[in-house]
Amino acid sequence: MSTRTGKQTVVLSNPPVVIGGAAIVGKKEGDGPLARYFDQIIDDEYFGEKTFEKAESRLLRDTLAKTLEKCGKSAQDIDFIISGDLQNQCTAASYAFRDVQVSFIGIYGACSTMAESLALGAMLIDGGAAEMTACMTSSHFCSAERQFRYPLEFGSQRTPTSQWTVTGAGCILLGKQGNGPRITHVTCGAIIDMGIKDANNMGGAMAPAACDTILRHLQDTGRSLDYYDLVLTGDLGSFGRSILTRLLKDNGVDPEGRYEDCGCMIFDLERQDVVCGGSGCGCSATVLSAYILELMNQKKLNRVLFVATGALHSPTWIQQGESVPCIAHAVSLENVS
Amino acid sequence: MTDIIKAFVTGGIICVIAQLLIDYTKITPARIMVIFVVSGVILGVLGIYPAIVEFGGAGATIPLTGFGNTLAKGVMKAVNETGLVGVLTGGVKAAAAGISSAITFGYIMAIVSKPKLK
Repeated sequence: MSTRTGKQTVVLSNPPVVIGGAAIVGKKEGDGPLARYFDQIIDDEYFGEKTFEKAESRLLRDTLAKTLEKCGKSAQDIDFIISGDLQNQCTAASYAFRDVQVSFIGIYGACSTMAESLALGAMLIDGGAAEMTACMTSSHFCSAERQFRYPLEFGSQRTPTSQWTVTGAGCILLGKQGNGPRITHVTCGAIIDMGIKDANNMGGAMAPAACDTILRHLQDTGRSLDYYDLVLTGDLGSFGRSILTRLLKDNGVDPEGRYEDCGCMIFDLERQDVVCGGSGCGCSATVLSAYILELMNQKKLNRVLFVATGALHSPTWIQQGESVPCIAHAVSLENVS
Repeated sequence: MTDIIKAFVTGGIICVIAQLLIDYTKITPARIMVIFVVSGVILGVLGIYPAIVEFGGAGATIPLTGFGNTLAKGVMKAVNETGLVGVLTGGVKAAAAGISSAITFGYIMAIVSKPKLK
């Protein structure tokens, strides 16, 4: 059974296993440095569908199918699909799985969704409510632009602190038994709002939430940052990454050498004109499900603290003059011998 | 040829101002557009913008500030001709060609094209 330690951390006494994972990404991500780790790269942003929204749904559907295929499982082996996205009312996920007869838990954590679904999936399994869960999320540049900024047709200019929403979906299959890295601890973050009102500066807004959750995790578990081979934040981008590094140092934790950010990894910031890096639920989901999982299976990484960050605002609240509430969830992935 | 260069420089300077606002302030692109239209109105009323148009031609009339200037010009003309009701009618009347063509061509482009990644 799961037990709590400290204020916000859950210890999973029978740590669920990452059975496998898959990621499908768009063309721009396929041009990036992690291209060879992705299971499929789609050239057409419509993915053979009529709209961007439907394309995103298909990303999720195909990513689940690919994951099941890789793991030698079928949809009927899954007890819960836990998924969410950035579209209104999380509809990319709801429409994606309307033909799959599996218990579905739709969640919204903005770009923190991957860590949120892994945390929930791991606790469901450790609590005895499930044998196997599919934890997944997606984002699509074109549907996210319409949702949060302007429709592509408008052709708006991008600001210097903006990030590029990743087109892609990632899925991780968690099980009670099997071989693979295990989820040993989960630290669900509290909402942190430092009063940033610029919806184009998500990295800066989210960095304090990431800092809070990381420090909370270390305090709750009694671990030092050195315990981990890698601390991986979701999608702070280059700007948010430097802020988090400074915040951690101010709190006496030096992350140098063992800290990376998915937003800075998925694109080549110099070459790909993405301003501050990648963002969106699909950013950390694809980097984790494809690249990090591969490194863990090869034992090149053995202890990873995955900290996906999310900006929980909506365009309506921003237009009403409110600031951006942010969150970060931490999931501890470990190769246990 | 001199006209083309003058138009290029005038339009370019207006765009540089917008780019600086995007890069160095937190004003959203939509607000920058509104600010440009309103600035065009004010500069039009003060007689400054007509002087810029005199120099830069299409370089000054095509950007959004030019639209604001047209609105101001139309209102002033209508007020002279028909009295105070011109405040309500003049602006749109003067900008009618611009507004109608934006709607018409926007509609046509929406039918014949499909949005894609930049």
